[in-house]
Amino acid sequence: MELFWEYVKAFLVGGAICAVGQVLIDFTKLTPARILVTFVVLGVVLGALGVYQPLVDWAGGGASIPLTGWGSTIAKGTRDAVAEKGIFGALSGGLTGSAAGVAAAIFFGFLSAVVFKPKAKEE
Amino acid sequence: MSTNIGKYTLRLDKSPSITGSAAIGGKKEAEGPIGKMFDIVNYDALFGQKSWELAESEMQRQAAQKVMDKCSLSPGDIQYLFAGDLLNQIVASHYGLRELGIPFFGLYGACSTMAESLILSSMMIEGGLAKKVMAITSSHFCSAERQFRFPLEYGGQRAPTAQWTATAAGACIIAENSQPPYIKAVTVGCIEDKDIKDLNNMGAAMAPAASTTIKRYFQDTLTGPDNFDLILTGDLAQVGSDLLAELLLREGYDIKKKHADCGLILYDRATQDVEAGGSGCGCAAGVLCSYIIPAIREGKIKDMLFVATGALMSPISVQQGQNIPGIAHLLHLSSTPNPIQQGGNA
Amino acid sequence: METVTNQSYNQMVKKASPPSKSARNIPMAFLVGGAICTLGHALIKFYMSMGVPEETAFPAASITLVFLSALFTGLNIYDKLAKWGGAGTLVPITGFANAITAPALEFKSEGYIMGLGAKMFLIAGPVIVYGIAAGVVYGVILYLFQLY
Repeated sequence: MELFWEYVKAFLVGGAICAVGQVLIDFTKLTPARILVTFVVLGVVLGALGVYQPLVDWAGGGASIPLTGWGSTIAKGTRDAVAEKGIFGALSGGLTGSAAGVAAAIFFGFLSAVVFKPKAKEE
Repeated sequence: MSTNIGKYTLRLDKSPSITGSAAIGGKKEAEGPIGKMFDIVNYDALFGQKSWELAESEMQRQAAQKVMDKCSLSPGDIQYLFAGDLLNQIVASHYGLRELGIPFFGLYGACSTMAESLILSSMMIEGGLAKKVMAITSSHFCSAERQFRFPLEYGGQRAPTAQWTATAAGACIIAENSQPPYIKAVTVGCIEDKDIKDLNNMGAAMAPAASTTIKRYFQDTLTGPDNFDLILTGDLAQVGSDLLAELLLREGYDIKKKHADCGLILYDRATQDVEAGGSGCGCAAGVLCSYIIPAIREGKIKDMLFVATGALMSPISVQQGQNIPGIAHLLHLSSTPNPIQQGGNA
Repeated sequence: METVTNQSYNQMVKKASPPSKSARNIPMAFLVGGAICTLGHALIKFYMSMGVPEETAFPAASITLVFLSALFTGLNIYDKLAKWGGAGTLVPITGFANAITAPALEFKSEGYIMGLGAKMFLIAGPVIVYGIAAGVVYGVILYLFQLY
């Protein structure tokens, strides 16, 4: 039962974050790229303010999978690196913290682009 | 000879003829309401080429070849070529038509290119400067989408006001007065800017230009909607068509019963998922060359106005936050030629 | 006869333009986005059950989703899902992976370096730029105010 609630929490939080994105798409003139940027920067800010990690602890994938979660890993990486290396950590921490997502997207995106052929859209 | 009537309209007293037309379409166009009327349909969106841009060129090459075949002409019989498309530096025309060896004029009128090329062709024939001229244009959904919007595989929702760029090409042969349809008069449009910035609402950007051009034609020729069987706009789609009707109503012209739009003829909005309707050079060209020209030739349509509309922005101007100006060019097409004017020398 | 000013024309345009189907879009975004996140959570639990420590299981789940997104983008499935899911497919990290893969694939025709390699960041580039820049600003603030 506890496991079930864990998934419900992930679903609700993840869905809610995405629904906010849809409201932005439908009711503002923000382009998708701007919305992505907004969510990542928001994630960094919320991570920096220390409010995002509790949400991740509560909702798991529901908070870590949206781009705000990726933004919060930038904040977390920066905080750890500054504590360890001082001012140089401010530069290296963000990429270190978020490296997994970026490198995976670049590498798998590259592989996919090499393997597949562009196809026409029909609808 | 031609006569200027009013400020903007040129009556072509010799009434040049469109002696032949050919239309090429893609899969979605073939599945639309007038799909059966296309001369050639390619179910492979790449048209057997390596890229979307080359596919569009191939479509123009096929359109040019088909219209020459239908009229039993060879490239040597055609004195000038007026062509254009939506791609940067109109490469679809340049690459698709380079092997013809016909003296070439490249045009950019965005989606109004079919009307622009027909107007220039008819002026050349009217002026006695040539015997046979070809006008041709095309658009391809995939090449337009990646130039103006997003890569095809990118996941995004289309706005309800967005339009679907037609994968189609149309070509016409214009020659001296011989058979319908006759081009009786033309009105060249002015660039019009009504402060529209939304790339997903092209119909709204182009409707004011269409309204102005149609109004000028009515004023110059002392006619109105009742004098025509059909007022056919290029690619205003649903939103633009509604706006055009309202704009002209404010000027005192009720076109509702006579108006149709190529963007609403080419696709069935209810089943084909094209949002507001079709667009692109190939939309007006495909509908005109497959459906309208034969209908005039058979006498089903007697007098009509063909008003192709274009949105004159580039991806750069849009990113820089500039407005989207529109343009509309008009041709009066008829199943009968102009009567010889008194004292005229036609 | 009245001349239509730009302002009154823009009013007309607003009236003539149908609004987005939010009554459908927002619940769909919730459902699809929620489903992707739930899948992500299941992956986290799966990796942890395999003995992967928590701080590795989270990025591992993200990487797996990124892989699936790149695959489904290449198979022309992700854009069809996105047509229904809207922000539900845009906001999760799978949307970021789609934004990287789609231009890379589409612009391969302009070559592997200036096409695939450069255009890959057409949509997702700004996300990295502003995400990292915000991180650096945060780091400098941490350092200056001795908050660590």
